[in-house]
Amino acid sequence: MLRFIIRRLLTAIPVLFGIVVLVFFLARVIPGDACLAALGERASEEVCAEWEERVGLDKPLPVQLARYLGDVLTLDLGESVSLRRPVSELLVERLPTTLELAIAAMFVATFIGIPLGIWAAYRHNSPTDVGMMVGANIGVSMPVFWLGLMLQFVFAVLLKDTFLALPASGRLEPGVIPPPFYETWGLSGNGVFTFISNMEVLNAFLQLRWDIFWDAVRHLILPAVALGTIPMAIIARMTRSSLLDVLGQDYVRTARAKGLAERPVVMKHAMRNAMLPVTTVVGLSLGTLLGGAILTETIFSLTGVGKTLYDAITARDYTVVQGFTLVIAVAFVLVNLLTDIVYTFLDPRVRVT
Amino acid sequence: MIPERTPEGVDIPAELRQGPGHDTSEVVPTPRADRIGALTAARSRGLWRDAFRETFSKTSARVGAVILLFLLVLAVFAPLIAPYGPNEVLLGEGVKPRQPPCIHLFGCPDDEPQHLLGVDGNGRDFFSRVVYGARISLLAGLAAVTFSILIGTAIGLVAGYYGRWVDNGLMRVMDVLLAFPALLLAIVIVTVMGKGLFNAVIAISIVSIPVYARVVRASVLTVREQEFVAADLALGAGSLRVLWHRILPNCLTPLVVQGTLGVATAVLEVAALSFLGLGIQPPTAEWGSMLAAERNQVFTSPHLVVAPGIMIMLNVLAFNLIGDGFRDALDPRLNR
Repeated sequence: MLRFIIRRLLTAIPVLFGIVVLVFFLARVIPGDACLAALGERASEEVCAEWEERVGLDKPLPVQLARYLGDVLTLDLGESVSLRRPVSELLVERLPTTLELAIAAMFVATFIGIPLGIWAAYRHNSPTDVGMMVGANIGVSMPVFWLGLMLQFVFAVLLKDTFLALPASGRLEPGVIPPPFYETWGLSGNGVFTFISNMEVLNAFLQLRWDIFWDAVRHLILPAVALGTIPMAIIARMTRSSLLDVLGQDYVRTARAKGLAERPVVMKHAMRNAMLPVTTVVGLSLGTLLGGAILTETIFSLTGVGKTLYDAITARDYTVVQGFTLVIAVAFVLVNLLTDIVYTFLDPRVRVT
Repeated sequence: MIPERTPEGVDIPAELRQGPGHDTSEVVPTPRADRIGALTAARSRGLWRDAFRETFSKTSARVGAVILLFLLVLAVFAPLIAPYGPNEVLLGEGVKPRQPPCIHLFGCPDDEPQHLLGVDGNGRDFFSRVVYGARISLLAGLAAVTFSILIGTAIGLVAGYYGRWVDNGLMRVMDVLLAFPALLLAIVIVTVMGKGLFNAVIAISIVSIPVYARVVRASVLTVREQEFVAADLALGAGSLRVLWHRILPNCLTPLVVQGTLGVATAVLEVAALSFLGLGIQPPTAEWGSMLAAERNQVFTSPHLVVAPGIMIMLNVLAFNLIGDGFRDALDPRLNR
């Protein structure tokens, strides 16, 4: 087992290296003068030359790449060109928004998708099953950005005066600025604490402020549903087909033949094997979520990783583009790696190969 | 002349019976043998026709085909279906920007011009724009997949056939491309190359190359080990010939499945890029950019947001349904 994990980690290293190199070159070739973007359109050539020398842009590309690799290894992501703040600080501020959104979306996807899939498999070929699969097909075909707009329209406009009304954008009611939880408890802030406190739901929870907690959750529902719909549909389909597959196997027939009721047959005997492929799909969906976050954040005006990245590209802020793309790609690789490892824990058969 | 020997109780189709005046100068098979030949021919029409029949014998794939046909008709006959040009500004003649739909059938006064989906923010007939949007969406989706299949197949063939360091190098590059969320990488590539439909299509195809490369490589690895390939090589066939005539035809099934499903993804991504303002530029009618133009009006004129989204969804749905059907019919692992 340990050997498998180590081998899997080793194969990830060239990919991670490739990611750093690709990100470096992509950020270099984004059109537009980085200096003019940083110092304003009217910066003179001498000022620019001095600035480029200071940040190291005057060196030949291989030297720059080597320096960049060194910086990345020491977790130094540089300073944002347009915002004049360290990229790592921006990450601590904005990654939590995206993480919160992605976790909420994944929550929606798994806790609705899996039961729906089980239900459909349970009632195989019934109208429930057919209807559910039609729904799942429509779900995977839905453009995230359009779904977001429609949800806003339904829950913030049509149902405005009912109890179902949900806020259309933002993370909290305007004017509500809760203190970070560590201040409430008299602790001093550090990077990790700030990171946690930037997840509004968690922050409110840690201070036991239920009104703010509820407000933050309400703001999170629409974006999470918008982002979670596609993975939900995929997970529901996967659960259904995998469960149907397992239900046809001999050991399930044995369980039924010995007189076991249908519920324990499905929930205890079949589910254990049926969930194996579903774990992979859940893990892989997380990457799609990170990509979809760009669209969802734009629609629901959330300042997360996606929105920041998009703004940075428009502003030619190459350090932010580098840093954020790198973090997303590395997170993606690590999640896939973790999925693989979890899978081998769950299914010992894979380890042999 | 061979006497007609029709077995009792068996109905032989008229065209198989030997009538008088039939040319008997050649060897004439007995009707029975002929019939058996016809039967076996009916049973096996070759992999592709069988797969096609099996695919479209399912309701879901048929629904997909009907939707696709509908969109194709919209795209091809757009000038005939749309009452106005896609960029025709109608302001002035009693038309207000973002006017709600006016349909004569549903009680809109007859003296007012009919606008099935209302008028957009620039005073253009929205229905006409939605109809013309089908052209871009279909073309862009198909173009992106065609391009990535071409490149991806080439990479997969070379990697799978030559193996060793070629394989290792190429597939590691593919791994790196796959390590990015597709849309994110596409956005960065479009930024590098510049906005526009063509660049968006290229970006989306680059992003999906690894998928096809992997699929093709996997089938090459299995086909390469088979005896007919070894036989061909033993006969002195060159690598190119073996790749083109022996290996490629055996990789087509997974490519067709993956390609059809890939069009669905590509259509979604083209729309997403246009929505972000990176794809096709206004005033061209495209569903994603139409959504982007009117997205802040969702609270006041929702009719301008509903239609383009439904069209994108239908387009994606059509290819998903057909692709799933192909997979069920062609993927040997699923044939139980």
